[in-house]
Amino acid sequence: MTLPSATLVAQSALSGLFIGGLYGLMGLGLGLSWGLLHVINLAHFALAFLAAYLCYQLASVGGMDPFATLALIVPLCFAFGVALQWLLSRFDLSPLNSLLATFGLTAIVEAGIQGVWTADFRKLETPYAALHWQVGTLYVPAAELVTLAAAVGLSFAVYAAMRFTDLGRALRALAEDAPIASAFGIDARRHALVLSGVCGALAGIAGVCLALSFTLTPSQMYAWIGVVFATVMLGGLGSPLGPLAAGIVIGVSEALTSAFVSPSWAPIVSFTLLIALLLARPGRA
Amino acid sequence: MGARVYVAIVVAALALAALPWLRLPAFYASLLYLVLHWAVLATSWNILSGYSGYISFGHGAFYGTGVYATAVLAGTFDVPFLWTLPVAALAAAILGLALGAVVFRVRSVRGEAFALVTLAVTFVVATIVANTPIDGGPGVYLSSVPVPSLAPTVPGTFYLLALALATASVLAARAIADAKLGLGLFAIHDDEDAAEVMGVPTYRYKLAAFGIGCALAGAAGGVHALFVSYVTTAGTFNVTLPLTVILMCVLGGTRHWAGPMIGAAVITLLLYATTAADHAIVGKALTGAILVAAVLFMPHGILGRRRDTPAMRVAGASNVAAPSPLAEPSFAAPSPRASGAPLLALRGVTKSFKGVRALDGVDLDVREGEIVGVIGPNGSGKSTLINVVSGHFAADGGRIQFRGDDIAHRTPHRIARAGIARTYQVPRPFAGLSVADNVTLPAMFGAAGLDRADATAAAQEWLAFTGLAARARLRPGALNLHETKFLELARALASAPRLLMLDEVLSGLAPPEIDGAVALIERIRAQGTTIVLVEHVMRVVTALSDRVIVLDQGRVLAQGPAAAVMARDDVARAYFGAAGA
Repeated sequence: MTLPSATLVAQSALSGLFIGGLYGLMGLGLGLSWGLLHVINLAHFALAFLAAYLCYQLASVGGMDPFATLALIVPLCFAFGVALQWLLSRFDLSPLNSLLATFGLTAIVEAGIQGVWTADFRKLETPYAALHWQVGTLYVPAAELVTLAAAVGLSFAVYAAMRFTDLGRALRALAEDAPIASAFGIDARRHALVLSGVCGALAGIAGVCLALSFTLTPSQMYAWIGVVFATVMLGGLGSPLGPLAAGIVIGVSEALTSAFVSPSWAPIVSFTLLIALLLARPGRA
Repeated sequence: MGARVYVAIVVAALALAALPWLRLPAFYASLLYLVLHWAVLATSWNILSGYSGYISFGHGAFYGTGVYATAVLAGTFDVPFLWTLPVAALAAAILGLALGAVVFRVRSVRGEAFALVTLAVTFVVATIVANTPIDGGPGVYLSSVPVPSLAPTVPGTFYLLALALATASVLAARAIADAKLGLGLFAIHDDEDAAEVMGVPTYRYKLAAFGIGCALAGAAGGVHALFVSYVTTAGTFNVTLPLTVILMCVLGGTRHWAGPMIGAAVITLLLYATTAADHAIVGKALTGAILVAAVLFMPHGILGRRRDTPAMRVAGASNVAAPSPLAEPSFAAPSPRASGAPLLALRGVTKSFKGVRALDGVDLDVREGEIVGVIGPNGSGKSTLINVVSGHFAADGGRIQFRGDDIAHRTPHRIARAGIARTYQVPRPFAGLSVADNVTLPAMFGAAGLDRADATAAAQEWLAFTGLAARARLRPGALNLHETKFLELARALASAPRLLMLDEVLSGLAPPEIDGAVALIERIRAQGTTIVLVEHVMRVVTALSDRVIVLDQGRVLAQGPAAAVMARDDVARAYFGAAGA
């Protein structure tokens, strides 16, 4: 094994940082819904892909600027999130059953995407795709930088909202002890609807970022589940900043393994790390 | 009546084994093979995950281990195919046992954490397989491996192999559900800590269930490797396999041995009916919609509540009959009357939680046959004392001797078997078991160690003793607080303990109910059981206790006869704060 050059290592770390940002962005909404609403929402991935395809459609075929599509996609995804919570809250679901129900939903959305856009690969062609900067010897693609910026910005925005707004405080109180929080006059139902809407909107933004840098095919949504679950668990359920940090740790470690060993060994790092952390976690007796 | 089910399963399997000789079109044999293949995967997953609630997302890893064991042995080393199947089962079982031996020791790896660890293991195994000569990346071809001719046709042979495995799986699932192992697993599902404290060897039981399930999945993988004749890591280790298996089990019902089999048949046929023609997309959407509907409207599955008695299905049947008269049980605890020999001795026992010293060097003795009242202000360490003696928490330091043996480092189930039983301040009944089974369990697993028939009889007597006989067939959720507290007592008594530790059994009860409970405790003592009574209701402590121990800030502040102890100034200060403050 020959050691890769410093430039290659730095470039790998950078691309790991970018993909890690996307892991964090995908994990942000998933973790909030899991930690605060106790809904393990697999449909989060389906919604992100639906948003990615909508972005592709509006930008490639409709000729819109990819970023302008957010104005349509975000409200739509927000509504999807609200509707999902409205449906699920009518039933007393365990977290596992919420995972299964949303798996079913994911299959429906996947079938829908396949019906409209077929299973062929789709790639959004935009002026942004070629846009990049050269920083020293490093290549910095604009689309991925935007993704990272969105992930960081949204994570901190959610963090600030959770800490400093009444909505955020109410949500944290509800997650801690819903009956007591309700007794103090917090409308649990309405807050859950809003939060689920926010998670949906976050999935929508993640989907647009996905469309900017990745080639799309419907079944690809399942490939994200493992690593994003790892991100969320590592970062802490319901934590606003945890998924971002965990996503970057996983992304960079994967990228470095790819550079030093081989891309095919990359998954083992994040998942071994995850197993080790889960086993070493202090018991919640 | 139990035996008839096993006979029926075997007869049905033998009848189905005749099918290949009816010369069905190959296509039907293959479809039936797939139904049985998924039935094996779902049933084997359910033995640990459905029964005990440890939801595994790693079934693909164990199935895949079997796939590659056969692929490598038969494909590369020319081992006859049938000989590779036991190896496939063994390899999967070893992987499962190795994983379980680590994971089941860690108390925090439950629920989602367990699901995630098993999912992660799938990807780790997949990465190793893809990067080593086991696969190497391009996949393994098995087209040159000869298929043994067990039946007139090749699909018939695969059908017979899957039928044999499915029969074995279903028999194992039913036998486990009927056995002590099954009762223990159901209890783990509802409340693992309480199960362990009642004598269920939770670690060994989880490991056993995992090992059996993994072995069956591995064997199914071995057969499937040759069935598909070309295996790849991407096709073998993925998220869709465990999700499909979970879907089948939830649809069929995870508490029932036949649930996964039925779920597997429904889903496989449905997928086939919709994907075979041109409407693959419609089929996928339809499957998704059925899953959503099944989970929302049938969360317990098709067979979910089939094993309940009709009475158990009546949700609000709390006031069906008056409590039966109290009866004296014949399965009473061994009764050496107050002999004065020390039964339990604590020396310098300490326990801290994040720096707070809950127990700070506790020395105390409990003598055979006495009732010791433990009192003290909130946070003085009373409940921690019970938790440490019962093994729920391990003591940080000091010695705990029970009948002369050091039990400080024993697991809770071994402490229970040695003869210590406890109740929980907030009752923790097993919500999925009937009231009768809630009491049968400690009679089987505790110090009494009865077999199922004797334990069932003993449970009836203890339920009569506590006035709950009319409630035996209900679920604990249908009981009121007073009855739930008595159920907690009946469970502790059914284990025939030498030492019974009662953690505020009277809190929350109305005065007449308290009088009933006091009478009950006196009757328990009359049988010779030694009792440690943690209690806030002072008149009860005074009336029942031979001796009172006062805890304050994790230390023994005073001990002696109730009246003398309560007259002391330092005790009054601990309770009511400094005089004049």
